Amino acid sequence: MAQRMRTENLKAWYGMNQILKGITMDIEKNAITAIIGPSGCGKSTFIRCLNRMHEVNEGTRVEGKVWFEDQDIYAQSIDPVELRSRIGMVFQKPNPFPTMSIFENVAAGLRLHGIRRTSELNDAVEESLQMAGLWNEVKDRLQHPGVSLSGGQQQRLCIARALAVKPEILLMDEPASALDPVSTGHIEDLAIKLKHQVTIVIVTHNLHQAARISDRTAFFLSGDLIEYDNTKDMFISPSDKRTNDYISGRFG
Amino acid sequence: MLVIVVLLTSLALIPLISILSYIIYKGAPAINLDFFTKLPAAVGETGGGIGNSIVGTFVLILIASCVGLPVGIMAAIYLNEYMPKGMYSSTIRFVIDVLLGIPSVVIGIFAYLAFVKPIGHFSAWSGGLALAIIMIPIVTRSTEEILRLTPNSMREGSYALGISKWRTILHIVLPYSIKGIVTGIMLGIARVAGETAPLLLTAFGNHFWNTSISEPIASLPAQIFEYAKSPFDDWIQKAWGAAFVLIMLVLLINIAARSLTRSRLKNVD
Ligand SMILES: Nc1ncnc2c1ncn2[C@@H]1O[C@H](COP(=O)(O)OP(=O)(O)O)[C@@H](O)[C@H]1O
Ligand SMILES: [Mg+2]
Repeated sequence: MAQRMRTENLKAWYGMNQILKGITMDIEKNAITAIIGPSGCGKSTFIRCLNRMHEVNEGTRVEGKVWFEDQDIYAQSIDPVELRSRIGMVFQKPNPFPTMSIFENVAAGLRLHGIRRTSELNDAVEESLQMAGLWNEVKDRLQHPGVSLSGGQQQRLCIARALAVKPEILLMDEPASALDPVSTGHIEDLAIKLKHQVTIVIVTHNLHQAARISDRTAFFLSGDLIEYDNTKDMFISPSDKRTNDYISGRFG
Repeated sequence: MLVIVVLLTSLALIPLISILSYIIYKGAPAINLDFFTKLPAAVGETGGGIGNSIVGTFVLILIASCVGLPVGIMAAIYLNEYMPKGMYSSTIRFVIDVLLGIPSVVIGIFAYLAFVKPIGHFSAWSGGLALAIIMIPIVTRSTEEILRLTPNSMREGSYALGISKWRTILHIVLPYSIKGIVTGIMLGIARVAGETAPLLLTAFGNHFWNTSISEPIASLPAQIFEYAKSPFDDWIQKAWGAAFVLIMLVLLINIAARSLTRSRLKNVD
């Protein structure tokens, strides 16, 4: 399988605290890669390093390399702002822009990238909402505030917003952990459907979710990558005892 | 306990209510159309108005706002969005707090030495600058406070779309906090509208329509000061009238600021 991203000995810090201790892993193209591990082990930090969101926080530091296609995204010549429009992100808590309507939320990325033509925006908004499986629910109230939607709808709105700028990779940080089971199901179906168009990396604390939707699973523990394998193999016969303990529920 | 609370509350309200009602009682009779449109009458004559002072106060507020608002708001954006921690910004915050506590007459003396003395005469713009110096810390502090309340998740959502920091501030953060910022602006304006001491040292006052910002200009507070200490009954009554106009102006600005805050809170729910 073609690889889309590769981290090499990736280390990350919050102030003096080293969170990632040297992660080397490949992320495959058009696949879903799940990151699992007990909370606080550095899952969020890891995926935030993949689109240079980690450095948005003060006092943070990153070492090592992250290859995206054949570019090191931490190279001098890379503009993190431009990079983030190619590597999108969906957060744990749905965060639609509170001052904007449903339509404006989805169009925000395009507008701020300079696209002004109404027809182009209309098409892009519809297409993105379709992809996020939200179009039928909101097509009659595109001018309502984004925050008027239910939690699950808000999260799909955020996915539509991320998709609108046509990212090649979509990073999802526990996108369903704040949602009810039905909404969670929506998001999972969506991820499976989307992987043909975008490469997905999803952090989840829900092992069933990882097993259901992902092609590859990485198990993190205290900032180390313990095991990384095809999801099936990992869940049937983990090769590391710590992985086995975690997926059989002995800790975390 | 409740009795004490009620008692002390009414005690606190007594000065406010008596000032307001006394000013209305003394000032309202002075109010007529001439009062708003005419120049002050010559010494000893009755009649005339304070039209030039009302216009002057608006001109001074305008100059102060043109200088003070951009500086104050930019400083707040810098402090909260670009440099929330560190020596440099805590020094700026400290200076702003000191500036907030400086008596306005001291700011007047500073403006006199900096803007009036070197030029050699009083002027509207030096008065406007003195008011701007009073306004900046108020606006900076309130704007920074409002910006700090905006959720960070909003900013991250914007960055994650490949939107730059500056555009995020302009299109995501500021629209969210605009009502709160406007409230702070209005409180700043209300505060400087009644400043007297710095104006006596800078804009000075003027009995005629001012046509140039490099000339001295009349203002409500300075006019009140001049009339109130005069020996003429007509002028003293005009001082009450001008005080009434000034208080109404400040009251209106305050009410507008209040209602903006209230509708803002409603939006958040
Ligand atoms: N903004 C932050 N400032 C300081 N430390 C943080 C911050 N965010 C996370 N951490 C620390 O980094 C470690 C890893 O956090 P995170 O990557 O969020 O873990 P996970 O997503 O696996 O639960 C935790 O110990 C947490 O306390
Ligand atoms: Mg996390």
